Amino acid sequence: MAIFYILLLFMIIGAIIAVETRDLLSSVICIGAIGFGASLMFLFLKAPDIAITQIVVEVLGLVILIRATISRDLTFISGDKEFFGTVVSVVIIFMIFLIGARVFEALPDFGAPVFAKAPDAASREYVADGMEKTGAANVVASVILDFRAYDTLGEATVLFTSILGATVILRKRSKKLLEDPDQ
Amino acid sequence: MKGMSVIVKTVSSWVKVLIFLFGIYIILFGHLTPGGGFAGGVVLASSYVLLMLAFGREFVEKDLPLALDSKLDCLGAFAFAVIAILGFVFGGTFFVNFLYQKYLPGDPWALVSAGTIPLSNIAIGLKVGASLFLVIFCLSVFRREGADVSE
Repeated sequence: MAIFYILLLFMIIGAIIAVETRDLLSSVICIGAIGFGASLMFLFLKAPDIAITQIVVEVLGLVILIRATISRDLTFISGDKEFFGTVVSVVIIFMIFLIGARVFEALPDFGAPVFAKAPDAASREYVADGMEKTGAANVVASVILDFRAYDTLGEATVLFTSILGATVILRKRSKKLLEDPDQ
Repeated sequence: MKGMSVIVKTVSSWVKVLIFLFGIYIILFGHLTPGGGFAGGVVLASSYVLLMLAFGREFVEKDLPLALDSKLDCLGAFAFAVIAILGFVFGGTFFVNFLYQKYLPGDPWALVSAGTIPLSNIAIGLKVGASLFLVIFCLSVFRREGADVSE
């Protein structure tokens, strides 16, 4: 259990550095370190699927995306934070904390599955009969691609739509059309 | 972005094959071992992004043209939807695992098992890989064009 507190401390320190540093690239690398800590945490909780996705998306994807897209002369952030904005965000975070403290009482223990507290949860059936009903040895694959494939379809649709929008906005011809509407 | 030094180019030209193979492994064995279509697709995309960072954008555009890339993206999404509709046609319910329940009940630990789950993994991997590479490519093009007005 102590390893989780060490990882949590590491992630909090990384988050503070990521917020406070002036260099955009090192801030992004700090976010990658937070993702790495979360991935280790998932690994210790025996969830290797989530750990792989976390490390691939947050560490590799984010850092590579930022490295490939930001230009070298725009990496420094300037400008001070406003006092009013800081106060508002602190108040909002405190209210979320107050509401969340009530929710945490209803959660199962850290690392325990949901059906430890809710006996009729659907996940009990997924874990018990997943292999028999779908034939997949990996329970996670049987859940995301068989029992809850609608979720995956929705996720794929969201990804498809966002990439469609990104390519339409960012392609070369649209920029030319913006500059010269007659063509 | 014409590319990096010779050391980076040499190492990444060796490593890209291993990364690509690892992505294919994660996708194909997603129903047996940890992993799956999404993670494997991101690994596939990151191998091409590594090439793009090391050799420059024009090299990758010759290797994997944007038209082919968007076709792969659409093919992945289309294949996933077709799997869902085939479940409706053959099994009676949208997304039902008709291959496992009716036609191909393989052993639980074999590579060819679990019916439509490996096929869905392949479709999702193709879709995620192609689209992630496409969006990183478009963002890098945009940053280049935005930085260089005279072009």
